[in-house]
Amino acid sequence: MRASRLVRVAAQSLRRNTMRTLLTMLGIVIGVAAVILTVAVGYGAQTRIREQVLSLGTNLIVITAGAGAQAGVSLGAQTFNRLTVDDADKLVREGTTFSGVSPVTMTRTQVVGGAGNWRAPINGVSTSYQTIRDWPVDAGTFFSDDDVRGMRKVAVLGKTVADNLFPNADPVGLQIRLRNEPFTVIGVLAAKGQTAGGADQDDVVLVPYTTARTRLSGVTFIGQILVSAASPADIAAAQQEIRVILRESHRLAGDENDDFTVRNQSDLAQAAQGTTQVMSLLLAAIASISLVVGGIGIMNIMLVSVTERTREIGIRLAVGARGSDVLTQFLVESVVMSLFGGLAGLAAGFGGAALLGRLTGWSTATPLPAVFIAAAFSAAVGVFFGWYPARKASRLDPIEALRHD
Amino acid sequence: MGAAAQAPRIAPPVIQIARVTRVYHMGTTYVRALRGIDLTVESGDMIAIMGASGSGKSTLLNIIGCLDTPSSGRYELDGRRVDRLDRNELADVRNGKLGFVFQGFNLLARTSALENVELPLLYDRSGRHRDTAALAARALERVGLGDRLRHQPSELSGGQQQRVAIARALVTEPSLLLADEPTGNLDSHASAEIMTLFQSLNDQGITLLVVTHDPAIAQFAKRLIELRDGRIIRDVRIPDRRRAA
Repeated sequence: MRASRLVRVAAQSLRRNTMRTLLTMLGIVIGVAAVILTVAVGYGAQTRIREQVLSLGTNLIVITAGAGAQAGVSLGAQTFNRLTVDDADKLVREGTTFSGVSPVTMTRTQVVGGAGNWRAPINGVSTSYQTIRDWPVDAGTFFSDDDVRGMRKVAVLGKTVADNLFPNADPVGLQIRLRNEPFTVIGVLAAKGQTAGGADQDDVVLVPYTTARTRLSGVTFIGQILVSAASPADIAAAQQEIRVILRESHRLAGDENDDFTVRNQSDLAQAAQGTTQVMSLLLAAIASISLVVGGIGIMNIMLVSVTERTREIGIRLAVGARGSDVLTQFLVESVVMSLFGGLAGLAAGFGGAALLGRLTGWSTATPLPAVFIAAAFSAAVGVFFGWYPARKASRLDPIEALRHD
Repeated sequence: MGAAAQAPRIAPPVIQIARVTRVYHMGTTYVRALRGIDLTVESGDMIAIMGASGSGKSTLLNIIGCLDTPSSGRYELDGRRVDRLDRNELADVRNGKLGFVFQGFNLLARTSALENVELPLLYDRSGRHRDTAALAARALERVGLGDRLRHQPSELSGGQQQRVAIARALVTEPSLLLADEPTGNLDSHASAEIMTLFQSLNDQGITLLVVTHDPAIAQFAKRLIELRDGRIIRDVRIPDRRRAA
């Protein structure tokens, strides 16, 4: 039988039982919609995490102290506080693939000023920090190299700190106190939002690292050195260069392990994305189960319909249909149902994802391959679950089938 | 015998059956439904087959209709041996050479008369039928239903439904039209109409074989064959066949 006639015969018999056809399709519709929806949410989460990691700064490389080992036992990151201002200076002097280097000292203290007080991380950084983190100021200015050299008591507030201490005022030019030292606020940073881990990046006070080390008691070491590579392509080379410079600076012998850890944001991104990937795979797996259930629904209906349509099959066989014609007709019917069900499910899934995105504010996105996979899979469900009933129909004896009522 | 037997033979007989038997296995017992049938049907004949139930007439019709194959013996349809064909070959013979009319009409429900009549054409493998819809419409016109193309079986009377079935049997221009109790579900008026239609089709050269248990219906045929216990016990020309007024 020609393909066009085949499709016509299948379409005719599906049309003859519109209600049954639609109900059978419903299982597949729901299955595919569930898969698309979970994939959209999961993929949206991944995209958002990638954006957040990128928001940490351009071509960012983070050096942390530690990861030393004694007698072969790794002691983990930040075991030794072996990062110094000299390390940072040496990186600035000798680096060829960096566009910026900034030491970061870290402490946490009460910030007093304006409306009251607020506990926040105080980070001592250099002027390069602003370009490394790609972090503009909303008001005022960032501190200058003069401020750093002169160990001036100036501070730039993160948006959260500024909002909490000075809810109704512009804090630029006003005084705050950190560990009883007065600092002048010279700028407020633009809002940057949360990290992938949920930490508020705007809950921070930036001061010159020189000032932090001399004026803030308890700040004795550098927690991190941030480096930005000149371009994304330079990240690997920059990491290698950092290792060479720091090993030399730390006088590590050839067989000693690094006593520092160098990570770039793609490592961070991978780690964070790995987690969400597992989550979305899990969700998609659960959703796929409903697709299989939909397929079983098709098989069920097709089996019932073979019995119900025995006489019809007998008529077709009597007028000269071969067993293979009947087989293909039933297969095409189940594939048409599952394929159209799949397409309707795609539409429902996209609609649902868009609605969910609007209602919850989650970003949702569906990669194109997922669409094709869902469509192909739903057709495959039709073939797989349609096969057994179709074969059963094709093997009927025409005489028996005609006698059936 | 009749005139047909003496006329010069141009075409071979439509049916040539020799020593055909059919045995059914029912568990450990064997049922011999046909015990040696010899039958020749010339082109253009119109035959009524009669017999009590269990006489083997349905079995014979199934074998002639290529729905079943004989256990032994020889069957030539249109000069071609068909007693040893497989399922697919039988299907193609049914499609190309045979037309069926059943007692219960056997039309597809919720399907227009036109689509019902088109059905055999969809399974044609020779590619000889081009415009299937036009052929189906012409077949319906031939049985007097040219104005009912879009009607579904439920919208037609019993007689009209049987006409649709006859159109479906005719649409492939078969060598032989087989009817199994075609008037069994019809009142006497509609029955006479259907038999008259058969006669006029026969006058146009179509060979017909009608199974019936009703002697009045059998009188429309040219030749009467009676079966009992799987054998032909009577094979006569009908001298004064019935004609509708």
